[in-house]
Amino acid sequence: MNPDLPERTFPPVAPYLVGREKVREFARATRASAAVHHDVEAARSAGFADVVAPPTFPIVVAEATLQQLLAEPDAGIDFSRVVHGDQRFTYSRPVVAGDELTATLRVTSVKTLGGNAMVTSETDMVDADGQHVATSVSTLVVRGDDA
Amino acid sequence: MSIAETLGIEVGQVVADQTLTLTRDSLVRYAGASGDFNPIHYRDDVAAQVGLPGVLAHGMLTMGVAIGTVTDWLDARGWVSDYQVRFTRPVVVDPTDGAEVQVVATVGALDDDEARIDLTVSYGGQTVLGKAQARIRRL
Repeated sequence: MNPDLPERTFPPVAPYLVGREKVREFARATRASAAVHHDVEAARSAGFADVVAPPTFPIVVAEATLQQLLAEPDAGIDFSRVVHGDQRFTYSRPVVAGDELTATLRVTSVKTLGGNAMVTSETDMVDADGQHVATSVSTLVVRGDDA
Repeated sequence: MSIAETLGIEVGQVVADQTLTLTRDSLVRYAGASGDFNPIHYRDDVAAQVGLPGVLAHGMLTMGVAIGTVTDWLDARGWVSDYQVRFTRPVVVDPTDGAEVQVVATVGALDDDEARIDLTVSYGGQTVLGKAQARIRRL
């Protein structure tokens, strides 16, 4: 693990356009059956522009930034040894179909604990107007050789 | 009106209590929906090779189905403004029987605008998510 990683903010990844069918597919996969995830009319009567993505949907958008981190040659992260330690999302508003989200990842801490490394990163997602929508905070545990 | 009055809830109230069966099909479906194609979530040989007890559910799938019980209850009356979990134990998904995951969602705290929902998520009698908490607000 490269201990200087926390200095790093990665360049924003290409904008992710949230599709209506993707929202429905993700909702089915996570057994989220509330009408606002599936039915445009239900979402509109609740005041949303289109179907509402389930709360963990931003991980799909953040995924590209995590790949950026894992692919960084000098990060020293071996993907086969990575497990997800914890995950948090904070939201300024729900994600809805039609949102075009731009994600930027920043490494906030690297700790070593008993041969394992713990890498915490924050991915901010902003909409087409540059307004904050959601932040994903992930801690990845990189298991040591003997773990 | 406070959020407690709007939603008709009080601290300690259970708002969802469900047992969900995750099968290999569920994992394949989630892999496609999320784009997470790590083979430890669908290939027994790869799982064994890296020393796992079997094919595991995506942690994000467990996190996702857990909050689904809350959003199903909440419906269009509110939205989730914060959601966090710690992945403490893996969920091993048997190729035939799948894995039964229990989700219990309880009102943990209330203030005027926000409710904290505490989630207990367990599999085989042991919790698999630690510090699983969501905050909800009214629309």
